[in-house]
Amino acid sequence: MNTATRVLLTAVLCTAAVACSKKVKEVPPADTGPSTGVVDQGATTSGVYGPGDLDTDACLRQRVVYFDFDQDALRPEFQAAMACHAKYLRDRPSSRMTLEGNADERGSREYNLGLGERRGNAVSSALQANGGSGSQITVVSYGEERPTCTDSSEDCWAKNRRVEIVYTAK
Amino acid sequence: MKASLRLFAAFVAFLLPLAALAQERGLEIDIVGGNASALPIAVVPMPYQGSAAAPETDVAEVVRADLARSGQFRALPVGDMVEKPARGGEIQFPTWRLLKQDFIVVGHVLDAGAGSYRVEYELFDVAKQERLLGFAMTARSSAMRDVAHQMADAIYEKILGVRGAFWTRIAYVTAVGTGKGAKYALMVADSDGYNPQTVVRSPEPLLSPSWSPDGRKLAYVSFERGNSSIYIQDIGTGSRELVASFRGINGAPSFSPDGRRLALTLSRSGNPEIYVMDLGSKALTQVTKQFGIDTEPTWSADGGTLYFTSDRGGRPQIYQVAASGGAASRVTFQGSYNASATVSYDGKKIAVAQGSGNVYRIALLDRSLGSPRWSTLSPGSLDESPSFAPNASMVLYAAREGRRGVLYAVSADGRVRQRLVLADGDVREPAWGPYRSQR
Repeated sequence: MNTATRVLLTAVLCTAAVACSKKVKEVPPADTGPSTGVVDQGATTSGVYGPGDLDTDACLRQRVVYFDFDQDALRPEFQAAMACHAKYLRDRPSSRMTLEGNADERGSREYNLGLGERRGNAVSSALQANGGSGSQITVVSYGEERPTCTDSSEDCWAKNRRVEIVYTAK
Repeated sequence: MKASLRLFAAFVAFLLPLAALAQERGLEIDIVGGNASALPIAVVPMPYQGSAAAPETDVAEVVRADLARSGQFRALPVGDMVEKPARGGEIQFPTWRLLKQDFIVVGHVLDAGAGSYRVEYELFDVAKQERLLGFAMTARSSAMRDVAHQMADAIYEKILGVRGAFWTRIAYVTAVGTGKGAKYALMVADSDGYNPQTVVRSPEPLLSPSWSPDGRKLAYVSFERGNSSIYIQDIGTGSRELVASFRGINGAPSFSPDGRRLALTLSRSGNPEIYVMDLGSKALTQVTKQFGIDTEPTWSADGGTLYFTSDRGGRPQIYQVAASGGAASRVTFQGSYNASATVSYDGKKIAVAQGSGNVYRIALLDRSLGSPRWSTLSPGSLDESPSFAPNASMVLYAAREGRRGVLYAVSADGRVRQRLVLADGDVREPAWGPYRSQR
């Protein structure tokens, strides 16, 4: 039944997408007056994201969310990214993402596993608040085990306090 | 004191090349700092008096290094020994009084047949000219370091009245390379870093090794399945069992003192909580239920209490709770960040990683004197993962030097630190194992 639903959904979406693109050719999209910043950033003229947009769309290409020290609160500058990734999840119900939570090297490794998970959950919540489905999202915490930068400096720590958005199904 | 320190350093420098020849080892060791009130002891070289090949291990040297490392003893450099008696009857006590030695250890090595050796040794009180110990031990050539560590344990206990912990092992994680090409290994070595043995290798991070109380198994966290999961591995046979691989975090395993239960952290409920797993049935009992990160459980020696890290009050602090569950109470009140508790066998001392700003040090909370007293055991700046020796005389911990991790063992009074460095790569996540013989 689940698969049936998914097939149906996909079918509906496909026709919708085709219909959309046809319409777009006739009437240029009203770029001037969208209510959210999300649509602004959406590069697709159709208004519906496709897998190709992950590599080309400026907003979707933003796949790393950074955090303040010992914090899991989402900084305001990442709201736009949350909105466009949530839209992608909505537009493509078959897509799946893993949120990889990370911490800087300071403090206990096990506590940092918890902190990394909290950050992953914060991003997951933000995506769901923007309409993404929780069933499309998996959170994994690597704590401080996967640094992108290995100096003991604030610059480096700031780069490591992050959640990476990894699409496991586009 | 400065001169004695320099002498000490010279002595260590003299020993190192010899030690390198003696046997393979994974960790380089040097000693930082000294203790003016340490007891002077002369461990005289113990000649081989057999007729076959001499053993590779210099037994007296291993004993000397053990005692010096403890911070409780100041070992007389061999170069200062004007006489080298090999038996109690050969000791000229005035000589050793003149050298200001409180104690002297003499001995010799004999053949015991079939490639084995017999070490006979005696410990004397120099002032009283009294024999405190006289023992003989027999072992194969490959076990001579074990013999020496047991000798050091016996000498330590006879003089200080506290069981020695030299004949023990340590576990630690090594990491070579970074990023995708990184290689991790869980290692076990003698307490002085010799005889390193690989327990498991992984291309994914390994952390948080915990010894079973019989010293035969290690529980640890591995990311080899993508997410964190907990394994228990038999060190001798290499066989292992996956015990926790739930959704979310599977972390911070810790064997109960009776070895039948495993405390661990799971976030399968959506939030990291402490659980206790019955290792026979694998049944889980949830111990904490609190909004906040609860992790790093560690047992009191009687198995009745769990100490753990929690940020339920805002920042991470150490709390304690009955192992059966119930209300938790806060243990640490000094410092804005206290984590990774290790508890002494008698429950009186708790060592933690204590953070203040960007500086993390190992700090010791002593609760034996009524009002709790704090002392700092390490200089920082990114020190973590403290682990008590089974006799609580020393604390092993991890530090960062530049881009790599090193281990230190510091005496519980903070006076003597010993650095254990891997030739290439990172060393981290140390865990001091239990005594190797049960009493």
